[in-house]
Amino acid sequence: MSLTATDIERIAHLARIRVTPDEVVQVQAKLDGIFKLIDEMQAVNTQGVQPMSHGLDMVLRLRDDVATAANERDKFQKNAPQSAEGYFLVPKVIE
Amino acid sequence: MTWEVVIGLETHVQLTTASKIFSGASTAFGAAPNTQATMVDLALPGSLPVMNKGAAERAVKFGLAIGAKVNQRSIFARKNYFYPDLPKGYQISQFETPIVEGGSLTITLDDGTEKIVELTRAHLEEDAGKSVHEQFDHETGVDLNRAGTPLLEIVTEPVMRSSKEAVAYAKALHGLVRYLDICDGNMQEGSFRCDANVSVRPVGQKEFGTRREIKNLNSFKFMQQAIDFEVRWQIEQIEDGKKIVQATVLFNPETGETKAMRSKEDAMDYRYFPDPDLPPLVITDEMFARIKASMPELPEAKCARFMSQYGLPKYDARLLTQDGATSAYFETATQAGADAKLAANWTIGEVNATLNRDEKTIEQSPVAASQLADLIKRISDGTISNKIAKTVFETLWSGDGASVDAVIEAKGLKQISDVGAIEKIVDEVLAKSPAQIADYKSGKEKALMSIVGMVMKASAGKANPAQVNEIVKRKIS
Amino acid sequence: MSWNTFATVAETKKALDAKQVSATELATHYLDRAHALQPALNAYITLDREKTLAEAKIADNKLAKGDAAPLLGVPIAHKDIYLIDGWKTTCGSKMLENFIAPYTSTVVKNMADAGMVTLGKLNMDEFAMGSSNETSHFGSVKNPWDLTRVPGGSSGGSAASVAAGLAPASTGTDTGGSIRQPAMFCNLTGLKPTYGVCSRYGIIAFASSLDQAGPFARTAEDCALLLTAMAGFDPNDSTSLDRPKENYSRDLAKPLGGLRIGLPKEFFGEGVAPGIAKAVDEALAVYRKLGATTVEVSLPNVKYSVPAYYVVAPAEASSNLSRFDGVRYGHRAAEYTDLMDMYKRSRAEGFGAEVKRRILIGTYVLSHGYYDAYYLQAQKLRRLIAHDFKKAYEVCDVVMGPTAPEGAFQFGSKSDDPVKMYLNDIFTICANLTGQPAMSHPCGIDKDTGQFVGMHVIGNYLDEARMLNVAHQYQLATDWHTRHPVL
Repeated sequence: MSLTATDIERIAHLARIRVTPDEVVQVQAKLDGIFKLIDEMQAVNTQGVQPMSHGLDMVLRLRDDVATAANERDKFQKNAPQSAEGYFLVPKVIE
Repeated sequence: MTWEVVIGLETHVQLTTASKIFSGASTAFGAAPNTQATMVDLALPGSLPVMNKGAAERAVKFGLAIGAKVNQRSIFARKNYFYPDLPKGYQISQFETPIVEGGSLTITLDDGTEKIVELTRAHLEEDAGKSVHEQFDHETGVDLNRAGTPLLEIVTEPVMRSSKEAVAYAKALHGLVRYLDICDGNMQEGSFRCDANVSVRPVGQKEFGTRREIKNLNSFKFMQQAIDFEVRWQIEQIEDGKKIVQATVLFNPETGETKAMRSKEDAMDYRYFPDPDLPPLVITDEMFARIKASMPELPEAKCARFMSQYGLPKYDARLLTQDGATSAYFETATQAGADAKLAANWTIGEVNATLNRDEKTIEQSPVAASQLADLIKRISDGTISNKIAKTVFETLWSGDGASVDAVIEAKGLKQISDVGAIEKIVDEVLAKSPAQIADYKSGKEKALMSIVGMVMKASAGKANPAQVNEIVKRKIS
Repeated sequence: MSWNTFATVAETKKALDAKQVSATELATHYLDRAHALQPALNAYITLDREKTLAEAKIADNKLAKGDAAPLLGVPIAHKDIYLIDGWKTTCGSKMLENFIAPYTSTVVKNMADAGMVTLGKLNMDEFAMGSSNETSHFGSVKNPWDLTRVPGGSSGGSAASVAAGLAPASTGTDTGGSIRQPAMFCNLTGLKPTYGVCSRYGIIAFASSLDQAGPFARTAEDCALLLTAMAGFDPNDSTSLDRPKENYSRDLAKPLGGLRIGLPKEFFGEGVAPGIAKAVDEALAVYRKLGATTVEVSLPNVKYSVPAYYVVAPAEASSNLSRFDGVRYGHRAAEYTDLMDMYKRSRAEGFGAEVKRRILIGTYVLSHGYYDAYYLQAQKLRRLIAHDFKKAYEVCDVVMGPTAPEGAFQFGSKSDDPVKMYLNDIFTICANLTGQPAMSHPCGIDKDTGQFVGMHVIGNYLDEARMLNVAHQYQLATDWHTRHPVL
């Protein structure tokens, strides 16, 4: 499986990462090698095998419905690149 | 060509939990921005979701109420996309295995006919935050108080064939989720939001037409307007030889029009996969049984009971049982001694109409069910006529008058049933109506009604209409 | 005060209890040494003398009052992936260069509750993605044994700091070998517990279904003490195992008579450096002498570990790292035209090349049309690999082999070829995919390269106490783990 430059641009856009045309070429070369490695697993017939997402088959624990959290806005917003009047700010979104 | 309209609805129902679906933040509406957003809601590095039992219980409750298959093992998945009010860059939702599959809801249309609306699924997910665009000149503000509020997304099959059906379904669903007490139903605050998938096709064609999705309909009125506009627009397009392109559209209540949103540069590719932070949601048999046992009487069962217990026609029973508050109002009145049929007529008729006029819910009704019962008792015992009862009702509604009897007393509305008194009024009226008497004698039955009407008017509506009728007839025959 | 900077945790605790040294003296000693060797090793990202000494002072006060917290006063350094309230927490990335953690991770809190004093935050591969510590935004960590070689990764700072005597012990995280491989490269003992034993709450996620916290120390005995402090059920992590606390030191003294060691033929084939194979063989001879028997087992699907891992880990990472969007915290580009441009520039600038590469891989394998062929297939392979181990445990108690196919390598020797780098984790990855516990302990030197060799001990689920017992008995009989670099 080899990825085209268009593939790289598409996934970079999906992942919101800016890539220059030079970077596309570099990334493409590296990803080709990695997908060659990854594609080795296609050799295995896994029909009927249950996918496994955790080592020990766990079940979701359920928390009692109680509002326990205090307001920590000031502390949390100290790390914000831009905030005002309690809001996080981003460039204007036009809808 | 005649066209058939095809509509499917997706409804986002905010669940009435005290805390968010994956964090301990409060879900209360209207707090200052970002004061109800924990590290989980802000997606701080290292934060992890912990599932709220109350949200799961409400979803199961809904599944049971619509006769659906409740998946006792369901999976949370991540829906990946970037948006400022989606702090993790993904929404935790359910994809391949939702908690509720199938089920149906019976709706009653204006003409009294019923229709079964099949549901595809209902799944649990988290709400996004809110973006404010007006408050800042060059920026959009992000408030994550709403982020993580539990939602049940309820999806129908494309089975509705008119905006009226869609609205009837939305109203029935709205009634049901409030009845089950899993959603407060507050549409202004966004607790109940509908998206409508609309397409048209020539009558007789099997394949569906291309659909457009109208987003975020937050009132029944707008839903009807938006769908009607959209249907007309689609038909015009096709009749003009144009093709419908799949799109997401917004309804503008000011213009009454739907308009496609700026087309997305990229086709959405949400990259769903099971959320590794959340093992499968398992509803144990014990939990399932407990929820089942705690279910309130469902509208369907209650409707049947109202018919047998109170001898009501199906139409009345159906309307009374669409939401819990209305049926409770009716039953309270009945238990207080009101005649069932009269109580049904009044609840569906006068009470409902006046509530609509004043934009009130039945819980906010100024006339309590016990007062309605008193009123009906006075109709039944002949103290007042049905018509006078409406005057009493209006008086109580506007807050003038402590009780039914007090209003009747104060306004002198008591019905006149004394034969002598009625005869006196009849005689007075007959003396002034030789023409009508002649008409009646020449065979015009209508003339009798006219004389009775005049007597009633002369008595200020207080004369017992049955007695008036009888006395007039006797005197002029 | 003269302090043996290479003292074990157990020895340090004894000295504290005997009032031979104070927590403040220890903290001062390690801080001074860490500062002195920082230019040479670059092991730390953040040192904060004031905070550390404040903690030490509290510990000393408690010691004076006879407080019985099990590790009271013992210093510990944390990988910079753990959030600690008020501490800068960078995850080795420019993205979080200025991020001050507003809360504390459960593992760090547990260790603080056990009385440990935080020395600082350790350098690491960016977002724990790397096997050589060359991807850190803050520069690579040097191997204290040979400054031209890598310390391993991603927990390179965790390994280098303990090996160089800048801390008696440290925490790491292990997603594909990030504790065990650096432990081997720096001649330490390192343990990745069963998935769910240590809480992930407050640890910056790389691949949620694979990440586990674990300790680095000089000895298995120390690892047992540290794990006992770190581990425990945490209601804030939905994948945390709800089970009673364990004392992982309980079985250390058990003799190894009757122990059955499984030797997968897949771990001893081609690709393993001959010097490493030889050292492992010699170590196995020691185990036999201690009463263990060895039996050959087969793990036929384990060869697909690396491909499956490079689907699962990037897929989860691509999603986990979406939150770094420059909105609520983290790097935001200085200039941008609109929201889309802000996202793309902030993320392009904030993430390094390897992180971006893995985000792209993950985005691709999850994207429309590829999910079944990649992510689902990989998740099925996890099941097959777990099944292989399950069968192996029918005839053995632990599985052993080399931790990595080659020892510490020169800087730059693999950084241009990601596949070569990835294959260094070929033996460690399977335990992350299955969720089993696994550890590495020193077991000799590759005579061809002069580099250390680690014995990889993989155990059945929740069998940490037995594995620590195994390694401890080996360490009682050998002295590889007692060697220290001269710095």
